[in-house]
Amino acid sequence: MIDSGIETTARQQGLVACTHCSRVWPTAATQCQRCGAKLTSRDARSLSRVWAWWMLGLICYIPANIYPMLETKLLFKVSGGTIVGGAVELFAHGAVAVALVILLASVAIPLAKFGAIAYLALSVQQGWQSNQHRRMQIYEVVEFVGRWSMIDVFVVAVLSSLVQLGSVVSISPGPASLTFALSVVCTMLAARSFDSRLIWDSIAKHDTNRDQVFKP
Amino acid sequence: MSIKDEQTAALADLIACPTCDALYQNVEPQFQQRAVCTRCHTVLSAPIKGSVARIVALAIAVVVFLIAAVFLPFLRIEANGFKNASSIFDAAFSFSAAHLVVLSIAVLILILFIPMARAALLIFALSPLLLQRPPFRGAYLAFRWSEDLRPWSMAEIFVLGVGVALVKIVDLARVEVGAAFWLFSILVVFNVFQDTLLCRSSVWRALDRARNGVRND
Ligand SMILES: [Zn+2]
Ligand SMILES: [Zn+2]
Repeated sequence: MIDSGIETTARQQGLVACTHCSRVWPTAATQCQRCGAKLTSRDARSLSRVWAWWMLGLICYIPANIYPMLETKLLFKVSGGTIVGGAVELFAHGAVAVALVILLASVAIPLAKFGAIAYLALSVQQGWQSNQHRRMQIYEVVEFVGRWSMIDVFVVAVLSSLVQLGSVVSISPGPASLTFALSVVCTMLAARSFDSRLIWDSIAKHDTNRDQVFKP
Repeated sequence: MSIKDEQTAALADLIACPTCDALYQNVEPQFQQRAVCTRCHTVLSAPIKGSVARIVALAIAVVVFLIAAVFLPFLRIEANGFKNASSIFDAAFSFSAAHLVVLSIAVLILILFIPMARAALLIFALSPLLLQRPPFRGAYLAFRWSEDLRPWSMAEIFVLGVGVALVKIVDLARVEVGAAFWLFSILVVFNVFQDTLLCRSSVWRALDRARNGVRND
């Protein structure tokens, strides 16, 4: 194990680790005796759950971009604004920074997230030997950043509760707000379903293969 | 001690990295030092002196602030003689159209109930430790749940969302921010501070010590 820089893993020692409290138990154990969490050495169904949430998230993300997030009623004239439309409007008003925040949070980040989760799942399924540290960084960024996409839903909530000025102007949420929120939740669940230990198992396998090759 | 007990005791001397499964001797670092997984660089333990007391204090503050924020005015808008005030509940229940009620409930859960539940679970799990008493039954479960809820507690994202919304309507109308908005902003600072103090493995160790009647310092 020169590459990995560690002595051994819980699994190699016939142990199963609790991912909640870090204690280890004999492989036969199914529940952590300390914190009560369910124990799985490697979650075999982890990847199918990842793909299920990923698909559902993507399905919800498409209508979220087609239908309006907000419906503005200005003097009897109703207009709907999609995510991208809203950002373009802010851009035209000169609020460049806010427009960029919205574009980043609702378009760039969700798309990057779908790509990143798919890449991680495929890398494990196909046994790619790409850099573990980079994959780990991608995983951490997805976990950290994913929830921030919810900001657009909160903007819609605040605007439509506040801007209720009789016949002058009123704002109400559009159907995209629901599908967008669902899409964010699904991708968060997809990322959380991924068992990050699978990334590191590929080195272990690689090393044992090499050991066998060099054994007389 | 039976053989099984001995085995269990031996296993207590080991910890596995939750992210990559690397196995280590369970050595508790000194205060202000960190134990980092050599393989994946995950921080395994970073104890801070007096962190349990501060975590509980912050959790109590979060509960008080959240309750106050619900009842105080959040935002007020005025344009062409029309006025409208909005509380946090109004913001959540803006999705009142039948098909969007689900979303109203979800917003309320993400910005109010989950932050509240996390704070309450932390108080329940850790406050007996401050009085040098053994933890309540269910303290372990409560702490595990509070950690599971962490990514779903979205108060800070909501505050940023309010900021964006204000920028969007600043041309349209005059907006006044109420006391609840400021309470919510302070609460976000508390939450961020709490997350930097909260070292998961140190809390598990503190709970173990309290259960075995060993003083926590
Ligand atoms: Zn556990
Ligand atoms: Zn590790």
